[in-house]
Amino acid sequence: MDDLYQQNILDHWKHPRNSGRLDSPTVSYEAINPLCGDKLRFDLLIEDETVKDVLFSGRGCAISQAAASMLTEEVKGKSLAEVRSLGKADVLELLGIPIGYSRLKCALLGLKALKVGVYTAIDEEWDEDELL
Amino acid sequence: MTQIATPQLDLARIRADFPILHQQVNGHPLAYLDSTASSQKPALVIDALTDYYRRYNANVHRGVYQLSEQATEAMEQARHKIARFINARSPREIIFTRNTTESINLVANAWGRANLKPGDRILLSEMEHHSNLVPWQIIAQATGAELDFIPVDGDGRLALDDLNTLLTEQTRLVAVTHMSNVLGTINPIAAIAQAAKAVGALVLVDGAQSVPHFTVDVQALGIDFLAFSGHKMCGPTGIGVLWGRKSILQAMPPFLGGGSMISRVELRQSTWHELPHKFEAGTPAIGEAIGLGYAVDYLSQIGMDAIHQAEQQLTAYALERLDAIDGLQTYGPAVAERGGVISFNLDGVHAHDVAAVLDQHGVAVRAGHHCCQPLMNILGAPATTRASFYLYTTPEEVDQLVVALEKCKAIFS
Repeated sequence: MDDLYQQNILDHWKHPRNSGRLDSPTVSYEAINPLCGDKLRFDLLIEDETVKDVLFSGRGCAISQAAASMLTEEVKGKSLAEVRSLGKADVLELLGIPIGYSRLKCALLGLKALKVGVYTAIDEEWDEDELL
Repeated sequence: MTQIATPQLDLARIRADFPILHQQVNGHPLAYLDSTASSQKPALVIDALTDYYRRYNANVHRGVYQLSEQATEAMEQARHKIARFINARSPREIIFTRNTTESINLVANAWGRANLKPGDRILLSEMEHHSNLVPWQIIAQATGAELDFIPVDGDGRLALDDLNTLLTEQTRLVAVTHMSNVLGTINPIAAIAQAAKAVGALVLVDGAQSVPHFTVDVQALGIDFLAFSGHKMCGPTGIGVLWGRKSILQAMPPFLGGGSMISRVELRQSTWHELPHKFEAGTPAIGEAIGLGYAVDYLSQIGMDAIHQAEQQLTAYALERLDAIDGLQTYGPAVAERGGVISFNLDGVHAHDVAAVLDQHGVAVRAGHHCCQPLMNILGAPATTRASFYLYTTPEEVDQLVVALEKCKAIFS
C-alpha cells in the first residue's frame, strides 16, 4: 500500500486541480465505473481546436480522483489532436505507481470521460477497446 | 495393421498429458472414443483449476485486494487467449457462457426478441443439434417468425443447390452447424455466409465440434456469431463462449439481468455495462474460464492444423476398418469433407446393445439419437452408435473397437 498512495497521489486527492463545473462547456461527459459506482465528469471548453479550459467533477476513489486531476493539468491548452492521442500508458505514467488489473478501471475513468468528450466534439466514435 | 502415419502428433507424449486415459475398464485398457460428447482434460487444465481454488479463489471485478486482482487478471487473460484463438478483433467480443447451448439461447433471446417480427424467416439445417434448433423454435413461436431448413443429401452433406431459393429478403438469420456431431460433416461456412450476406441475413455458427478440432477464423469465415463449449476442447465443463461482432452485440439488449452487467441502477430502470460484461450477469465460472484459457494454450501449442490432419488420417483408417465389417453400415460423407466422428449401425443389433458390449471391452462410445432427432429420421435410423476421435486417439484404439464389434456380432448372431 505504501507504493500505491504516494505523496503526489495524496496531494492531488486532497487538493484536486481544476475541480468543478464550467458554466457553458463545449462538451461534457460523465463516465461511470459500474464495478464500484464511481462517476467522473469532464467539462471541456474548446476553442480553435484547443482545450481552452477543463474542469472535472464527481465522486471517486483517490486513484481515480488523482488521475483525473493530473489529466486536467496535462490537457489544458493542448490541441484536440494531442488529447486524442493520449492513452492508458500516459495516465499510468502520470500516476507513476503500479496499478493492478481491477484498479485500472479507476485509473482510467477520467481518461474515458475526457476522451469521450473530445471524440464527441470532433464527431468521432469512441471505442471502449482503447482502455484495454 | 495399425501402422498409419501421424507425423504431426507425438501420440505417446500427448497421451502422457491426459491422466484419465491410463486406466483399465472391465479388464481392458480404456479406449475413450466419445470426445464429441466431451473431451478429456490434460493435467495442465486440471492443475489450473486446482491452482485457482487453492491459491487465489476470489470473486472477480469487485475486490481491490490481491486475490481478487489475481483472479480477475487470470480470467481476463483467458478471454484474450480465446479471442486470439478464433481471430476475434477484440477480447470484448468474447462472452463467457455456460456452453454452446447457452450461447445460442443468448442470441435467440437477446437478438431474436429485439429483431424478429411476424413474416421474418430463420434458416437452419436438417442436421442441427437440438441446441441449434429448439431455441429457434421457441423464439419463432414468441415472435411469429418462420423456420426454413437446408436439406441434407444422401451422403450426409448439406444440399446447397437451392440455397439461394431458401435465402429470401425475409431471412434475418442463418444458424448452422460448422461440423455435424452425428456425421462429422464439415459444412462450407464461408460460402453459406457469403450467400446469407447477399440477402442481408446474419450468420450464427454452432462451433461446438469445429473449434476443438480445426482452425476457426471468425473474420475469414465472414460470420456474425460463433458458439462453442469449453469441455469439448480440453477445457472444464460449465464454461462456454459466444463470440459476436461488436457492433451487433452492442446493439443487442441484455440476456440475463443482475450483478456485473449494469452501469447505473435505479429502482425502476437501469443502464447496461460495456461489452463483454453486459452479457455476463452474476458471478461467472471463474476457475473454469481460466482453465479454458489453459486448454487454448495447450491446443495452440500442439497446433490445430496438425490436430485436424491427424484426425482425418485416423478417420480414414477407421472408416476403412469399419466398412470391412460385414453387416456394419457407416453414415456420412467422404473423409475429405468430415472430421473425426463416425456413426454406424450393426445389422439387427440396437445401438444401445452395441455400446454396452463395447463397454465390456473397455471401449467408450455414444449410442442414441445424439440430440439430433430430425437428422436421425432422415437417416432412417432411430439410433446409431458413434465413435469419435481427438488428438489423443490412437489407431490401436480403433483396432480395439473393431475387435469388440466382431465380438458383438458373435453375441447377437
